Amino acid sequence: MAIDIDVAKRLGDRTIAARFTAGPGLTALFGPSGAGKTSILNMVAGLLKPDRGHIRIGERTLFDGAVDLPPEARRVGYVFQDGRLFPHRRVRANLTYGHDLAPQANRWMSVDEAVAFLGIGHLLDRWPHSLSGGEAQRVAIGRALLAGPEILLMDEPLSSLDAARRGDIMTVIERIRDELKLPILYVSHDRAEVDRLATQVVAIGE
Amino acid sequence: MLSAEEWGIVALSLKVGGVAVLATLPIAFALAWLLARYRFPGRVVLDALVHLPLVLPPVVTGWLLLIAFGPFGPVGRWLESWFGVSLMFRWTGAALAAAIMALPLMVRAMRLSIEGIDRRLEGAARTLGATPWHSFWTISLPLALPGVLAALVLGFARSIGEFGATITFVSNIPGETRTLPLAIYSALQVPGGEAMVTRLALLSVALSLGALVLSEWLVRRTYGDRQRHGD
Repeated sequence: MAIDIDVAKRLGDRTIAARFTAGPGLTALFGPSGAGKTSILNMVAGLLKPDRGHIRIGERTLFDGAVDLPPEARRVGYVFQDGRLFPHRRVRANLTYGHDLAPQANRWMSVDEAVAFLGIGHLLDRWPHSLSGGEAQRVAIGRALLAGPEILLMDEPLSSLDAARRGDIMTVIERIRDELKLPILYVSHDRAEVDRLATQVVAIGE
Repeated sequence: MLSAEEWGIVALSLKVGGVAVLATLPIAFALAWLLARYRFPGRVVLDALVHLPLVLPPVVTGWLLLIAFGPFGPVGRWLESWFGVSLMFRWTGAALAAAIMALPLMVRAMRLSIEGIDRRLEGAARTLGATPWHSFWTISLPLALPGVLAALVLGFARSIGEFGATITFVSNIPGETRTLPLAIYSALQVPGGEAMVTRLALLSVALSLGALVLSEWLVRRTYGDRQRHGD
């Protein structure tokens, strides 16, 4: 499934623009901090409206001159840099948030499968504030997968983790790429991460 | 300990305060949301209007209510002709006066907690399939809940303590508009009323303290086990 992106957006006095096609596997958006990589993910997710251009996933148009699907209709999973778990819901309720909202036909993973896949069974009754960085990021990944997305956006998901946890989460990301075969758009400014994970690299910025 | 008359005063105060706060809550929340989230022409004016009862002498607020809701006032005439309802000298009028006086405190408390919500959590909810409306009910409102509870308690305490606007607007009628502060004021005018004043004053203190303790308990029960412990 091809992801076809051509967007431009003026933010303050800079213009963020990107044009690329992403195939299966993990496509890394690679570039210096402040190049607008996160803004591009936000445009794909529907959280930021491009000034012009188009965003297509396979045959589905998420955005163009005539179409602008709201985020909830895009089937785009998003793992944020800071996890962004809902602080007033336990881990289990965080995981099921999107799962319960997704139509049956769109779900491709059960809660039990996601919990086993990520190894987070022992965390289900915990509150988000009590999780370590690596645990929170696993839960955030599970929450995104359970909503039944067609692609996954990941915004520097390793940046708040120590070296040991980074390795763990990178293994999880590789398994999403290889076992679940979910296309991933991955933002990073870390060369080593990109070398290890990326199927394809798109340079963003100067 | 208390006479039937005094129990009646307490019951009336609780009724006036309860109705005032519950009826005001949705309006106050909508105003708090509007002021916290939106920039629109007239926002500063609306903000000032909401806060007006906080800074006006209460007797002026009462007088303005009298003008608006009196038998010849624009709102009063309309209520009378369409619904046959008059708030004049009724406990409902006392509740209205209390509500107007409580409104700014309630809006302030809820606005602070709405402004404290991390809006990126709402964005996260949207990417998980939530409509804006669903995100409001499941994310924003629960996260604003401590502010809502604080608003309820502050508003209630303000309502049962209301004096100036109430006595100006609906007078001081036993069994109808004579709430605790008005009853204390009346008892002070009567020779030998000191014992009643003492009992009612102690009762006021107990009610206010009770409201504070209740709100603290509610907030802790709702959020106690999920708050950060300094990490």
